[in-house]
Amino acid sequence: MAKQQHAESWSNGKSVLRHGDVPFRVGTVVLASCVVGLVIAMGAIMFVSSSEARNAFGWDVLFGQVWNPVVTDVAQPTFGAWPSVRGTLLSSLVAIVIAAPLALGIGIFLAELCPPQLSTPLSFLVELLAAIPSVIYGVWGVFVFVPFFNEVFSKPVSETVGDYIPWLAGPVATGRGIMVTGIVMAIMILPTIASLTRDVLRLVPNTQREAMLAVGATRWETIWLAVVPYARAGVIGAVMLGLGRALGETMAATLLIGNSQRISESLFAPATTAASLVANELTNSVSSLHESALITVAFALFGITLALNLGARLMIWYVDRGMAGGRS
Amino acid sequence: MNTTNNYRWRKFVDQIMRGSTIVATGCAVIPLIAIIGYVLTLGASALSVQFFTDVYQPPNMAKAATDGTTPAFDPNDPFAGIGIPTDGSAPADGSTPAEASVYAGGPVGGVLHGIIGTLIITGMGLLFALPIGVFAGIYLSEFRNERYSTIVRFCCDVLSGSPSIVAGVVIYVLVVIRNKEFSAVAGSLALMILMIPIVTRTTEEMLKLVPESMREAARGLGAPTWYSTFTVIIPAALPGIVTGVMLAFARGAGETAPLILTVLGSNVISTDLFAPMASLPLLAYRYTESPYPGENTLAWGSAFVLMMLVLIMNILVRVATRSRAGANR
Repeated sequence: MAKQQHAESWSNGKSVLRHGDVPFRVGTVVLASCVVGLVIAMGAIMFVSSSEARNAFGWDVLFGQVWNPVVTDVAQPTFGAWPSVRGTLLSSLVAIVIAAPLALGIGIFLAELCPPQLSTPLSFLVELLAAIPSVIYGVWGVFVFVPFFNEVFSKPVSETVGDYIPWLAGPVATGRGIMVTGIVMAIMILPTIASLTRDVLRLVPNTQREAMLAVGATRWETIWLAVVPYARAGVIGAVMLGLGRALGETMAATLLIGNSQRISESLFAPATTAASLVANELTNSVSSLHESALITVAFALFGITLALNLGARLMIWYVDRGMAGGRS
Repeated sequence: MNTTNNYRWRKFVDQIMRGSTIVATGCAVIPLIAIIGYVLTLGASALSVQFFTDVYQPPNMAKAATDGTTPAFDPNDPFAGIGIPTDGSAPADGSTPAEASVYAGGPVGGVLHGIIGTLIITGMGLLFALPIGVFAGIYLSEFRNERYSTIVRFCCDVLSGSPSIVAGVVIYVLVVIRNKEFSAVAGSLALMILMIPIVTRTTEEMLKLVPESMREAARGLGAPTWYSTFTVIIPAALPGIVTGVMLAFARGAGETAPLILTVLGSNVISTDLFAPMASLPLLAYRYTESPYPGENTLAWGSAFVLMMLVLIMNILVRVATRSRAGANR
């Protein structure tokens, strides 16, 4: 009662002040719901406009072997995105195989071993790498990395062991292909994984380290047996987020992978990815079926990254919660 | 004896693994320095007054424009100039090396149209994203214990985690197909989708940094929640929110994939919001694929401008947030 009187005397005749809370709440909730609505709308729009291709081909839109949008007198266009889906999976696999162990090492170094005065600038540098637009990685890759990697790795390797291992076989022409794309993607996703790994490792309570050191473990044994396992779920979550970024990466892939629909066993051969397929063909689509098939590919990308995000957030949330419980 | 060996082995493993984490960090820093170094050196050498003040010039036309001669060959003839070596050596067909230099020469024209386009498209996208992002951030911070806020936060993560090309596809279906026209507005809408999660999350984080005691003090004076939010909490967090907006601008300015599907690109200065427009990252992309070395140089120049934008914004944000976090402690 007294509180109410006080509020009234404070606002003295300005009824807007007293009644402002309801519109404020409604306003923030409505605008916050725009974010939720946006996600639902994105999914719904792509679902609806992909129906033509899904009805025509079913799962073959994603797993069919032939992608041929051209209408001729003798052949109907077929849309099977397997070459690009395969390119996406393989290039992301290369990226994650390179990036995950390196990022774990960086995360451990930044969180556990690095002297504090070095940690801040190094963390900043690593985060800067994450902020560089992907088209710059593409420009750098085309003019600097591909020619360099071609001479130093692709050509020598394909000419020597390439005869025995089919996925390292030559001939290497321009050098654009799955391998270089995967490596540039690895550089791009390293900072994402590394900074998240560092964050979850820092959340590990000191009691874990102290207990391990007290029984005579070395620094590394402490990290590997007590700290990393404690944050395991968070580290896996970080890798999943990095994988999501690699799967959806468009510009670097478009510039570096060669955009070829031919399926080749070799990692040095040009290929294509789902995202670069959409970027290259959607504005030039020749029929509504073609357009619809490309939207299906984009929809699949959206679905996969959504699932990866959900999984990763759950993992990181699990670590965060578990630790808060452990600390109290 | 056995124990000593065991200890030595453990010590050895310890040293090796600790060393390998340093090597891993080096592996991340080397490409960073390589990328920044190449873009800064090659990009800076591409810069000139013309780079910032001129628009696209077709290579052979520009040659004629600069030295006053007639074009080396008809610009409308698609087969003109074929067979001229690109390294500046004398062509095999007996034409003069001056014609060859059309292909081998330095950059011609500039990217003013791209700079203007990027500022318009990104600025407009930010205007679209601001109300939703800021208010969603306020909701997440001020009503953080509600169950619905978890859903909003997750949707934010989905938006920031989904590939940028997906935003382009959605706007392409929704706006471009319907209007039968690529347009700057469509590009801004696509960038809005990508900027909203950044603005939302920074606003939320910055509002959460405001000490609880300030909220309690405002409440103690009898101020309703909305009044204290707008007059006490947001002003206290304003520098942080502004840096978040700058970060979103930097991210949006560098996005290329959604713009391919929505803005398409242009070779002239255009301020028509409902027509295709040029954009710096699009120019970097197209010039990278160009066969003309001069245009490749322009790609490096565009990459340089984009990189400087991102670096400066990030360093500013870094400085601003550090002083804020310090002030709150």
